[in-house]
Amino acid sequence: YTVSQSTAVSKRQTEARGVAKVEEYTLPAYFDRRESPLPDIKFVQQLSPEQKSLKEKEKGSWAALSKEEKIALYRISFKESFAEMDKGTGEWKSVVAGIFFFIGFTGLVVLWQRKYVYGDVPHTFDPEYKQKEVQRMLDMRINPVDFFFPLLLLNDFGSLLPLKVMYHK
Amino acid sequence: MFRAALQLSVSGARSLTRSRPQYTASVAARSYSHGKQETDEEFDARWVTYFSKPDIDAWELRKGMNTLIGYDLVPEPKILDAALRACRRLNDLASAIRILEAVKDKSGPHKEIYPYVLQELQPTLNELGIPTPEELGIDKA
Repeated sequence: YTVSQSTAVSKRQTEARGVAKVEEYTLPAYFDRRESPLPDIKFVQQLSPEQKSLKEKEKGSWAALSKEEKIALYRISFKESFAEMDKGTGEWKSVVAGIFFFIGFTGLVVLWQRKYVYGDVPHTFDPEYKQKEVQRMLDMRINPVDFFFPLLLLNDFGSLLPLKVMYHK
Repeated sequence: MFRAALQLSVSGARSLTRSRPQYTASVAARSYSHGKQETDEEFDARWVTYFSKPDIDAWELRKGMNTLIGYDLVPEPKILDAALRACRRLNDLASAIRILEAVKDKSGPHKEIYPYVLQELQPTLNELGIPTPEELGIDKA
């Protein structure tokens, strides 16, 4: 029963087996966030020769840099400024437009259904039939209401009537 | 969670009741029911010391800045001064401008904080040649 002193893989073994490819998602990523102003990496990773010389100039006095150079340095390190990252996208307009569009489309579908899918309503919905139905209900005294009359009554329009104008009982 | 809410309401009430600008760092991020609470001055001093390290490296600057912005406060000008000088030691003008942007963003609805901070930092900005985001025109989307 032997105990190995170290679990580290020796250099020789590593070279024999090879090293796994570094996946891009495992590397630090750049992102513009309000709550994290300085991201892990600069935005521009491969610098052009002008950018490289600008970076060299940055090591000297910053007062010697022109305004454009300062902006260029900013843009090397960062993709969007705070103002740019915070501005709205206007996506809500597309969303509202989509809502209206689909409501309208649904309306068209409903109209088509009314015409081509549904049959006629029963004859009991005809106005003459309905009138006779109501008259019959009145004659039969359906659901008589017995209650203590309040001093003022509300009529159909929701306004108050004095006692002397009463509903036909 | 309630501690954070209380802190937010306390700092909100503080800004409403004080008439003159009082933008010191609020009490430390941790509120213990026992033990000594860190005062504002200790908090500021700790952070100034952090950024004043002569051989600060880029990671420490980023970590410090991101942590500081994570707190529920706008950093004191003296902390920002130390941070800007750390940027100078690291030859990183872009981060210096970004720090100023972050301060403005951090003040939120209190629009008077950022001009005050700029006013306090003006000597440093002039000395190091750091432009404000407004001067560069990147404060507009």
